[in-house]
Amino acid sequence: MKKKTFVHPYIPNSVPEVKTRMLEEIGIQDIDELYADIPANLRYNKELNLPEPFIAENDLKRHVEKILAKNKTCIENISFLGGGCARHYVPAICDEINHRSEFLTAYAGEPYEDHGRFQALFEYQSLMAELLDTDVVNVPTYDWCQAASTSVRMACRITGRNEILIADTISPDRLSAVSNYCRPLVSVKMVKHDPKSGLMDLSDLKNKLSSKIAGIYFENPSYLGFIEHQGQAISDLAHKNGALSIVAADPVSLGVISPPSHYGADITCGDIQGLGVHLYYGGALGGFIATRDEEKFVMEYPSRLFGITRTAVEGEYGFGDVAYNRTSFGVREKGKEFVGTAAALWGITAGVYLALMGPQGMKELGQLILQKSQYAAKRLSTLPGIKAPRFTTPFFKEFVVDFNGLPLSIKNINSILKRKSIFGGKDLSKEFPELENCALYCVTEMHTKEDIDQLVDALRTCLPTAAMTAKGGKRP
Amino acid sequence: MNATKKIKLRNFHQATWDEPIIFELHTPGERGILLPEVEKEIAGAVGDGISALPEKMIRKKPPALPEMSQMRILKHFLHLSQQCLGADLNVDIGQGTCTMKYNPKINEVLASLPQATEIHPLQPESTVQGALEIIYKLDTFLREISGLDCFSLQPSSGSAAIFAMASIVAAYHENRGEDKKRNEVITTIFSHPSDAAAAAVKGFKIITVYQDEDGLPDIGALKKAVSERTAALFITNPEDTGIFNPRIAEFTRIIHDAGGLCCYDQANANGILGITRAREADFDMCFFNLHKTFSSPHGCGGPASGALGVTKKLINYLPVPLVDFDGKKYFLNYNLPQTIGKARGFYGVFPAILKAYAWIMSLGAEGLKEVARIAVLNNNYLLKKIREIKGVHVPFAKGRHRIEQVRYSWEPLTRATGVTTEDITCRMADFAFHLWSSHHPFIVPEPFTIEPTESYSKDELDEYLAALKKIAEEAYGEPQKVKNAPWNSVVHKIDHSSLDDPQKWAITWRAYLKKQGTENRRRAKNFGR
Repeated sequence: MKKKTFVHPYIPNSVPEVKTRMLEEIGIQDIDELYADIPANLRYNKELNLPEPFIAENDLKRHVEKILAKNKTCIENISFLGGGCARHYVPAICDEINHRSEFLTAYAGEPYEDHGRFQALFEYQSLMAELLDTDVVNVPTYDWCQAASTSVRMACRITGRNEILIADTISPDRLSAVSNYCRPLVSVKMVKHDPKSGLMDLSDLKNKLSSKIAGIYFENPSYLGFIEHQGQAISDLAHKNGALSIVAADPVSLGVISPPSHYGADITCGDIQGLGVHLYYGGALGGFIATRDEEKFVMEYPSRLFGITRTAVEGEYGFGDVAYNRTSFGVREKGKEFVGTAAALWGITAGVYLALMGPQGMKELGQLILQKSQYAAKRLSTLPGIKAPRFTTPFFKEFVVDFNGLPLSIKNINSILKRKSIFGGKDLSKEFPELENCALYCVTEMHTKEDIDQLVDALRTCLPTAAMTAKGGKRP
Repeated sequence: MNATKKIKLRNFHQATWDEPIIFELHTPGERGILLPEVEKEIAGAVGDGISALPEKMIRKKPPALPEMSQMRILKHFLHLSQQCLGADLNVDIGQGTCTMKYNPKINEVLASLPQATEIHPLQPESTVQGALEIIYKLDTFLREISGLDCFSLQPSSGSAAIFAMASIVAAYHENRGEDKKRNEVITTIFSHPSDAAAAAVKGFKIITVYQDEDGLPDIGALKKAVSERTAALFITNPEDTGIFNPRIAEFTRIIHDAGGLCCYDQANANGILGITRAREADFDMCFFNLHKTFSSPHGCGGPASGALGVTKKLINYLPVPLVDFDGKKYFLNYNLPQTIGKARGFYGVFPAILKAYAWIMSLGAEGLKEVARIAVLNNNYLLKKIREIKGVHVPFAKGRHRIEQVRYSWEPLTRATGVTTEDITCRMADFAFHLWSSHHPFIVPEPFTIEPTESYSKDELDEYLAALKKIAEEAYGEPQKVKNAPWNSVVHKIDHSSLDDPQKWAITWRAYLKKQGTENRRRAKNFGR
């Protein structure tokens, strides 16, 4: 840039003649005069130490592509990674719609010129509501962590209590986010699980329930993949104690599995990433929160809630914010938590996805995932020294594989798999002491039988006889 | 260049498809997409998959999603998109504070490469060196732009970054054994609502400093608010008014002297890139919205990203993990003893991070400074011109220049004609423009906030000005034209009365059908025919 002057394509009024005319109009000589309010001691007079830019688009593209080429994708490799972000098929129309200029570059227009944004998000809310069988769904928040955190704080406000019970099979990362969101106003206590089935230990739950508990949070399927089929019993115990039942669900599962509202959940939450959104290195999450249509619930949402209404013209639909004055936009710190830019475009995309899938598609999807993941577990468990699934309860999409019968650590196993272009499951050793040398495997509709068989064949090389010669040797 | 180029207001009409709600397009039996058949061997080995579930967990009634063919779905959402004016289509300068700039298409192309879309956050570090490099380098760029020492790119938005700052403030004082005592956060009325709201979620009592006659936060009020209970200051500069607070270093000194931390809301830093930094004003933390200043698109309200920077003494409090570099390879660093934990699942909004990286790499140091300078030039040009429009008042900072935006008032016009800011926002849609009122509360009566950024040409700014001027004339001449607007937008004057009424509000289509009764069901049925 130092070499010659130029007009950057992103900055039209850099054209010297235009600049001059605008300065004349303002009545000044130099743009620097516009910064007169900034005292000299606060002015930064050096040049920022940034790399030389690639001002030609051609060069920029080459530069970024070169960096990105260092990534190895889940296309070239077979990935069995999940844990809150999973690779599902993204229909072409999902990408087509979320790349549309109108949606991509809109922000917060009025419900007139941005009518389409309001309707698309109202439809997202409505489609999710059918999947979840609830009457209220929010405009998406950031992610599952935030959806869970807000659900918990909503429960506290609704019940006027400030203690929360959480199933201890929750993802430790999510627990970290929720705990930080609760501290110091809400205290969090963990409920134990049965070590064999993974299910919540109901006697521990009963012991911990009291008139101080605002809600019980559990995940279904759990972070560890198993299905918590005591949902109704847990909800009943919550309700008997004046607490709410808060359940996180994987929307991808709900074509075949009962939505939490069917077994007593008062608040349902979770992530929409699986609904037509790519992995993006875990950077494309979106949180949903759903409840009944009761004033005491609706008024505790911090999120935007788009509602349908009439216009001056008979038969015309209009949209707007429902109960805007509960939000921090309306009343700052007196609002419910806070609201701002979150994950709307993924919400629109998820709406497109649900429309494409329809009731039959969601059922077929759920069934495919059940079959493929069951097949994977079944095949893995034929290998001596490998136990899959680790928990006795049926699972959806993800399951824990126990490698304790092998002389190798997960780290070693995964590096062997990596050499065979397979990303093995997530190592759970550090997250759950009882699951040392266990890994979380995720199998979706994206996996073919061949992919799964390839995994099994690759793991066969880790079996005792083969393992002795494998790099890494004995488990430390 | 034609010095007397005449600006013509468009004879505009936005697309009006009278588009049904998607459920009204339902035709039983149609399919939007088909899935692969399960392999015979898999079905042979495990059966139908569903029977393995506990009976009570099997969904009995399928979700009542619409059944539609693929092209119909595409058409429906394209119709909706045409009924939405993104920044790519209009001169999006009426959404002040939000920095609606150009989001370069090349960055979309890059973010759509499989090396960006098809990587999983739990892949081995050696297989995501490109992603980690981009995160790390953007961190180093932002260190330079702010003068602070380390950035976490994990927070999901500006508000999430504010919450993370509040969490660090709490942890910092807790480590010093002062958390019980220091329970107050001071902010200003012209700072974003989330500066107050997100800090309150963390349990802080909020003290709001109002503006003085000049429109700047009242330093006398600040001094009165400060005490041994002060945990931190959360402040924007320039604030929503676009006035730079020249005494900002005095503000931070007052807070530091009282033992508090200073947190700089730089969600919008578009007017001061390379001009002034958080470091020189002695802030302990700051954050940038990558979807504002750094050009990642707004996406109808997200995905967003709030890059959070801190000075050395606070690095150990940042969310885990940070992305680090050991000279050979990039890696995830969880070794932060005082971390506040996770701010979000995984590591941050990668597509926004990638686009911000590409944007900075397309501009460089000189380019960033030019962005700021032209944004400020554009703003002051508009200030000069808008001031000339009948009925507009420009509160505060008389005779002074502004940085990147200005909060204006239609109060004189409203008093004379009864036409309000809200009416004008509706009428602007008739000219293909968007005008936003402002953040609540309306300290400035009948407010509107204009922020032109660097992206729009002088001709485009002039066209926007012509629309404002035309509407002001209408307000004085034929106010009903403005009061009953819009006329050429997608829909007509909206009846908001039901949206605050629990008996009538309808947040989903099924709730609407339940509440509005059979009349609408009939309408719904007719569409399906």
